[in-house]
Amino acid sequence: MRKYSIFAVAREAMRGHKGWPQQWTSPEPKKQYDVIIVGAGGHGLGTAYYLAKEHGITNIAVIEKGWLGGGNTGRNTTIIRSNYLYDESAGLYNHAMKLWDGLSQELNYNVMYSARGVMMLTHNVHDVQGAQRHIHANRLNGVQNEWLTPEQAKEFCPPLNISQTARYPVMGAALQRCGGVARHDAVAWGYARAAAARGVDIIQNCAVTGIRRSPSGAVEGVDTTRGFIGAKKVGVAAAGHSSVLMEMAGINMPLESYPLQALVSEPVKPIFPCVVMSNTVHAYISQSDKGELVIGAGTDQYTSYSQTGGLHILTHTLDAICEMFPIFTRMKMLRSWGGIVDVTPDRSPILAKTPVSGLYVNCGWGTGGFKATPGSANVFAHTIANDAPHPINAPFTLERFRTGRLIDEAAAAAVAH
Amino acid sequence: MLLIHCPYCNEERPELEFRHAGEAHIARPTNITAISDEEFTQFFFLRDNPKGIAFERWRHMHGCGRFFNAVRDTVTDKFVTTYEAGQPRPDLPAGGENEKGAGK
Ligand SMILES: Cc1cc2nc3c(=O)[nH]c(=O)nc-3n(C[C@H](O)[C@H](O)[C@H](O)COP(=O)(O)OP(=O)(O)OC[C@H]3O[C@@H](n4cnc5c(N)ncnc54)[C@H](O)[C@@H]3O)c2cc1C
Ligand SMILES: [Zn+2]
Repeated sequence: MRKYSIFAVAREAMRGHKGWPQQWTSPEPKKQYDVIIVGAGGHGLGTAYYLAKEHGITNIAVIEKGWLGGGNTGRNTTIIRSNYLYDESAGLYNHAMKLWDGLSQELNYNVMYSARGVMMLTHNVHDVQGAQRHIHANRLNGVQNEWLTPEQAKEFCPPLNISQTARYPVMGAALQRCGGVARHDAVAWGYARAAAARGVDIIQNCAVTGIRRSPSGAVEGVDTTRGFIGAKKVGVAAAGHSSVLMEMAGINMPLESYPLQALVSEPVKPIFPCVVMSNTVHAYISQSDKGELVIGAGTDQYTSYSQTGGLHILTHTLDAICEMFPIFTRMKMLRSWGGIVDVTPDRSPILAKTPVSGLYVNCGWGTGGFKATPGSANVFAHTIANDAPHPINAPFTLERFRTGRLIDEAAAAAVAH
Repeated sequence: MLLIHCPYCNEERPELEFRHAGEAHIARPTNITAISDEEFTQFFFLRDNPKGIAFERWRHMHGCGRFFNAVRDTVTDKFVTTYEAGQPRPDLPAGGENEKGAGK
């Protein structure tokens, strides 16, 4: 891997930028690996990277049915925050937050992490009480979160309409200043490049079609559209397709897959300084460095793998955006798209060993797993390398749906992200 | 937006009139206090989540108000059929194979 630096840029500028090497190669799959990761999203690629870097396992394949980063990693609205309610979540998302800070340096790749602040609006008494409860719980856990009055909220985000006659009047907001956004593609590309440099094979356009097990039940490898590939350890990080993959090993999952949509506007000059979320009216908005307003909508009500959601979901979100930010009513929307998100009953992820020996799963991130990418990948690598969870992900088991030890962010937030 | 045929009203209406109500044909155990934790997990938390043909419940909230069942392909979102609550799973035309968990 050639290091990116100002000197490399200057040297290439003199040579007409003809000397940049490929960021990763596309090798033929080997017959046997120590570990196979299914799914080349941020979570899968990051897992391979940390396995190689922190656990000395480099004989790894990341197998991807499409192109790397083409799943939810490349489709999300890139909101990063860690102000979840419960202690278990605080541990997991704060671990990610620490890794975001410094990730560009670590990967020698600009992931454009920008801690511009995430402000969550409240519109009614229930919202206000919920936000205050989060703020207090967060403080006890050492997680940043503070209360803003409507006037302070407007000061932090000038385009916000705080008129009390609005359809959804702003009654205050919870602000996490270290929250923000990052460039989603760069996260996938940065991990891919750094993993490949440590010897990881990234195998794209290769779908896993089966998980093979020995007579004792342990994992032996995966069947793919490019033939059988052996490995004693397989980690599944397939987001919306997790149920499909786990079924191949005979495991029924507590998951349902829904379309979730987002859209971007035409690019405009810098106008929007932070991230604003409203769970109640279901709208999320920030501005990308290209100048587009990036807007997140809600999930459809029915399960689907179609990667397209209903138009009324988008228009509902845009109604709310126009009400909260009247300045944007004339903006043109450029593109919209959908991703398939895997939702657990308690809206917390599953990051764990499975009943099948040698099979590990990282799923259930639903509508909000981009923010967790570095932390999740880091502890998932630990889980695979040691065949035992890291203390941070130990509570995020499959068994919690039997023992009842749920991490009920669903009841806590009514919405993820 | 989906167009959904309510088998009670016998009319195709826009999705906005309906509420999705989860996987169909899950019977609440009558001896709920006696079943094992595994059986409760199966009943309460585990879902087929098929890629392909799904059996699901809908409710015609802003119409007749009644629950009914539907068969829908979750890849194309096309409905195969809808039928009244309480009826068994309909037989499907051949070729309705799933990548995962076809109607078990
Ligand atoms: C519209 C939208 C907005 C979102 N907004 C946010 C947000 O603001 N903040 C936030 O934190 N999160 C957000 N999320 C959620 C976030 O995108 C995901 O939780 C996260 O990106 C999941 O990463 P991943 O690596 O697990 O999955 P993915 O990036 O989806 O990677 C999984 C990969 O597995 C591959 N795969 C599937 N089946 C197979 C197979 N059989 N064989 C081989 N490969 C296979 C897929 O092709 C895919 O590339 C949003 C999601 C969507 C859709
Ligand atoms: Zn009806």
